[in-house]
Amino acid sequence: MKAKLILLGCWSVMALVSNSCLATNGDSTVIRHHSPVTDPGNAGLKLPAGFKALKVAENLGEARHVAVTPLGDVYVKVQSSKPGKAITFLHDNNGDGKADVVKSFGTYRGTGIIIKGNYLYASSDEDVYRYKLNDKYQVINPDQPEKIITGLINRHQHESKSLALDNDGNIYVNIGAFSNSCQVQDRAKGSKGIEGCPILDSAAGIWQFKADKLNQAYGDGVKYATGLRNVVGLDWNTQQNQLFVMQHGRDGLFDMFPEYYTLEQGNELPAECMYALKKGDNAGWPYIYYDGLQKKKMLAPEYGGDGKKTGGENAIDPVAAFPAHMAPNGLLFYTGSQFPAKYKNGAFIAFHGSWNRQKGQKGYCVVFVPFKDGKPSGDWEVFADNFAGITNIQSPGQAQHRPCGLAQGPDGSLYVTDDVKGTVYKITYSGK
Amino acid sequence: MKRMIVTCVALSAILSLMAQAPKTTPGQQSKIRGKKVYEQYCLACHQVDGGGVPHLNPPLKKTSFIIGDKTKLIDVILKGMQSSVPIDDEYYSNNMPPHNFLKDQEIADVLTFIRNNFGNKAKAVTIAEVKAVRAKQP
Repeated sequence: MKAKLILLGCWSVMALVSNSCLATNGDSTVIRHHSPVTDPGNAGLKLPAGFKALKVAENLGEARHVAVTPLGDVYVKVQSSKPGKAITFLHDNNGDGKADVVKSFGTYRGTGIIIKGNYLYASSDEDVYRYKLNDKYQVINPDQPEKIITGLINRHQHESKSLALDNDGNIYVNIGAFSNSCQVQDRAKGSKGIEGCPILDSAAGIWQFKADKLNQAYGDGVKYATGLRNVVGLDWNTQQNQLFVMQHGRDGLFDMFPEYYTLEQGNELPAECMYALKKGDNAGWPYIYYDGLQKKKMLAPEYGGDGKKTGGENAIDPVAAFPAHMAPNGLLFYTGSQFPAKYKNGAFIAFHGSWNRQKGQKGYCVVFVPFKDGKPSGDWEVFADNFAGITNIQSPGQAQHRPCGLAQGPDGSLYVTDDVKGTVYKITYSGK
Repeated sequence: MKRMIVTCVALSAILSLMAQAPKTTPGQQSKIRGKKVYEQYCLACHQVDGGGVPHLNPPLKKTSFIIGDKTKLIDVILKGMQSSVPIDDEYYSNNMPPHNFLKDQEIADVLTFIRNNFGNKAKAVTIAEVKAVRAKQP
């Protein structure tokens, strides 16, 4: 019944398109594309003046990261282990912005997806695959991807393997720490941090592999950067030719150490940090965290810290710091020309939204940071808001939508995924 | 005006009823104490509404572990739980640390509170039951 309705809907749109074409051209074989419609009320989102939004698709399941092809087709990585549901392909036949072809393929959970050249890359929580694209940038063999990386550690905590590629044939994979702060007993009150944290050997960093070599294991890769607790959003900044990542900061400063931190400090510490990485960099986890209020690297209480002692002399500083616990799941440097000039080369960050602030959660929005010469040139601001559909969120389960992945379309539109209801939003700028 | 008088009469009736209400039962007292334990040790992860966090921390609403076998549930509090163990066919990313530092009374109270809150309705947990499970710990 639903399928019939959708068909009927598609048919009536098609009929409208061909009618208008007939009227203007007298030639029914020419299909003129509609200019993208936008949803009434911008699909529920709050946006700056001049921006509009529409839902390209919804109810896709847990839509994690997203990639858009040079022809505007959309591939969404869905967090599902159901057969044939790993990746959803969206195509818009009539140019109204709404997907009217929705197909899915692949069987594996996972978050990462990205397009580079003639390949689509996607990750499970252990492996990375690539799919060859045809001249229309569509996957040729959805059931026969090449496995390029295999056997990455997955212990259920911080298990997403997010992806970025540079312009020299390398792929970067986040391997998150399977721990909060490398304690002897994870998240246990009073449990000390392990000296010489062994998790750093196989996780808590970014690994670099070759994008075109099959079956690479740890030994074939390079530990590119370490001391990063968990990175879900990362992007290759083509202007700087450098990898930028967003770290999920640690939990539990107040819960585990009420002798050093108040509830309010637990809510506000540590900062969610953006790092610009060079090969060999160390961001300091688990020994330190970044206090965004004092703008200092602080010794972690599991390793002798008390909320006052600083640490991490060899650890890099973040290039930008955001309020604690907001869970940055998507990072995108905007290179398009559709948006006003201030957005060019700046960073969009999708904050999934916090769960461990107490008495009111934060995030659930997409923010923007202007950039100049590879550094933030101004304060961050909320760009797209009201994904949650409610104010005063006490518990993340109350949010109707949570932003997760970001991608830029060939026309400079911004795509945002939501992993609660599986919505794909497209944000455009018209100036009106 | 008439409405106001009616409201006042109704209010005072309720108030006097409350004043005359019988003392809270031991079960209710346990729930009240349990709520405090919950707020201090459980709420940060399992949330104010017991809803948990999708994929990170399991919900406590009608979860089989919560309303099911008491021995198993007490065991989870004492030993904690690893994220590799599925809960009602779902995996949750965060490990739960052991809470064996809680007193028998606190564990009985918090479990009684959880089993009779968030839409749950299950039998209270007693101190004796917690003691018995703790005695079997290695």
